[in-house]
Amino acid sequence: MTGRAERLSATAGSIEYDADVLVLGGGPAGTWAAISAAEHGARVVLADKGFCGTSGATAAAGTGVWYIDPDPALREAAMAGREKMGGYLQDRRWMARTLDCTFAQSNRLAEWGYPYPVDDNGKSQRNSLQGPEYMRLMRKRSKAAGVTILDHSPALELLIDDGGAVAGAAGQRRQKDDRWIVRARAVVIATGGCAFLSKTLGSNVLTGDGYLMAAEAGAELTSMEFSNPYAISAAFGSVTKTLFYGWATFTYEDGSVVPGAASKGGRSAIARALTQGSVYAQLDRANEEVRQSMRVSQPNFFLPFDRTGIDPFTQRFPVTLRLEGTVRGTGGLRIVDDTCATSVPGLYAAGDAATRELVCGGFTGGGSHNAAWAMSSGTWAGQGAADYARLAGSAPRRQVSRAGTIALRERGGRPFAPAQLARAVQDEVFPYDLNYFREAGRLGGSLQRLDALWAEASNAEAAAESDVMRAREAAAMLATARWMYRSGLARNESRGMHRRDDFPVQDERLRHYITAGGLDEVWTSPRAHADVSYAEAAE
Amino acid sequence: MIEVIDAERCTSCDICVNVCPTNVFDKTDGIPVIARQGDCQTCFLCELYCPEDALFVSPFADAAQSVDVVALKQQALLGSYRRAVGWTDETRELRSIDRSYRLFGH
Repeated sequence: MTGRAERLSATAGSIEYDADVLVLGGGPAGTWAAISAAEHGARVVLADKGFCGTSGATAAAGTGVWYIDPDPALREAAMAGREKMGGYLQDRRWMARTLDCTFAQSNRLAEWGYPYPVDDNGKSQRNSLQGPEYMRLMRKRSKAAGVTILDHSPALELLIDDGGAVAGAAGQRRQKDDRWIVRARAVVIATGGCAFLSKTLGSNVLTGDGYLMAAEAGAELTSMEFSNPYAISAAFGSVTKTLFYGWATFTYEDGSVVPGAASKGGRSAIARALTQGSVYAQLDRANEEVRQSMRVSQPNFFLPFDRTGIDPFTQRFPVTLRLEGTVRGTGGLRIVDDTCATSVPGLYAAGDAATRELVCGGFTGGGSHNAAWAMSSGTWAGQGAADYARLAGSAPRRQVSRAGTIALRERGGRPFAPAQLARAVQDEVFPYDLNYFREAGRLGGSLQRLDALWAEASNAEAAAESDVMRAREAAAMLATARWMYRSGLARNESRGMHRRDDFPVQDERLRHYITAGGLDEVWTSPRAHADVSYAEAAE
Repeated sequence: MIEVIDAERCTSCDICVNVCPTNVFDKTDGIPVIARQGDCQTCFLCELYCPEDALFVSPFADAAQSVDVVALKQQALLGSYRRAVGWTDETRELRSIDRSYRLFGH
């Protein structure tokens, strides 16, 4: 079981591959999964909606990495320091294994030639990655590992066999105007989270597609209430860099300071001020040394300013908050074991497509933990999928069926209108008074509208070939919004990033996870935290 | 959003068509065209990958802008991002100049 995926003959207008492992998504998690699977003997195809190397939230940005030297005291501090922020929903065992895996894989990046900076003491600093550089390297390493990459090839639906196990996926090649099918023994979903086309940096390919496909095959989601972080950017621009706004002063139109406003621990004050009018920022608290470090560490942060003639350190500029959804939330596909398997046989999840509740609980401050999780969960999912594929063996060609539903099947209703549907979903998830500041009545009202949209869209005609990717994106955004708000309604407290105006404090009795699932009927169900399960088992 | 493919500099290598994550460009018999500007997510990556510094992404994410290419060239703004991240021969040393470790924990 080695070598490359085999290209089969196929009917006109489509290509077909036979693989052991199919990876959907070519960001950090997807490329780590593909390399890991190939290193464990699998023939791998990786399909990306865009271009593996530029696609996704990491490629366009710079990201911190939760890289901690293996000193027990440092590791303990790194884990303990995050627990309160995450609402005590992390799992120590998963945090520890994520730190181990991230350390090992970051060091491999160095071996592969990633140009880590060296500090004044001659020490290589490995807790930050430049997205373009990192993802260019990951594409190169994926190819070197024998992975077959399909670019501009969004997956539209999973294939399942008679027993309900996942058996591949089917999609479109946008630049070839044809279709692809990959028959595979296991599939890794690494399609990222859902940022609802908010134009937060690099995220417009991240529309929750993997959640929808997985849910159609019967997978469950979890922690979807932790899905409402907003990132600061110049009002006109796309570049979000929360870290740098730590040196900002935020002001109203008249120049007076917005009370309590801060990038960290005061973003809600910015959101409330934005509902009243314009808010301005100026990075006036950065000294010359910090300014220089910012310039060299994140050149793209300065593009919007340099190209409009604004000096962000000495001049104020209008800012906005762009929804990051589950890209920087912690909700995603529920994983059921150490290999990042989902509840569906043959289906694995990694990166932002998977829940990050195990390492982050209900809050992630920045890219750092998500980046560590992408490396680690990608590595584990790739290996898990390769091992699963080997056990599945060279079974005779299975009878498979297509699992896709909404926008793919003729229902005889109204024509599917992707752009209109996407806007309608944005109208429910962008407003701060619905999503940032949640409350039962407002969530309930929003859910009624979202459910009605689902009822109409799922009874619509199949989308036209030229529209089908957009239609599936809009449907995935809609499904994601419904899991988010249903989960938000099920958590009657404020914890992590989930804040309820009607339940403003954390309730100790609710230290559990919330599982969600379903498409026509969305359901939620509480699930015990590992600590509680262990305590009960010991009684 | 992407505003400029400079016909003077573009060599029709089509790299931008391949690398754009949102498939904004189309190949033609000559130089590529910006076929779906509204799909541009203003990530600046096409600029970074253009070996000829022929592209310009305006920082305005939500609205098209009229852009003066002559002025951009005079201000050396074409290719400014590529130089800043060290993806040119002259600036290679910048690839490892990340100082984020000095900023974390603020």
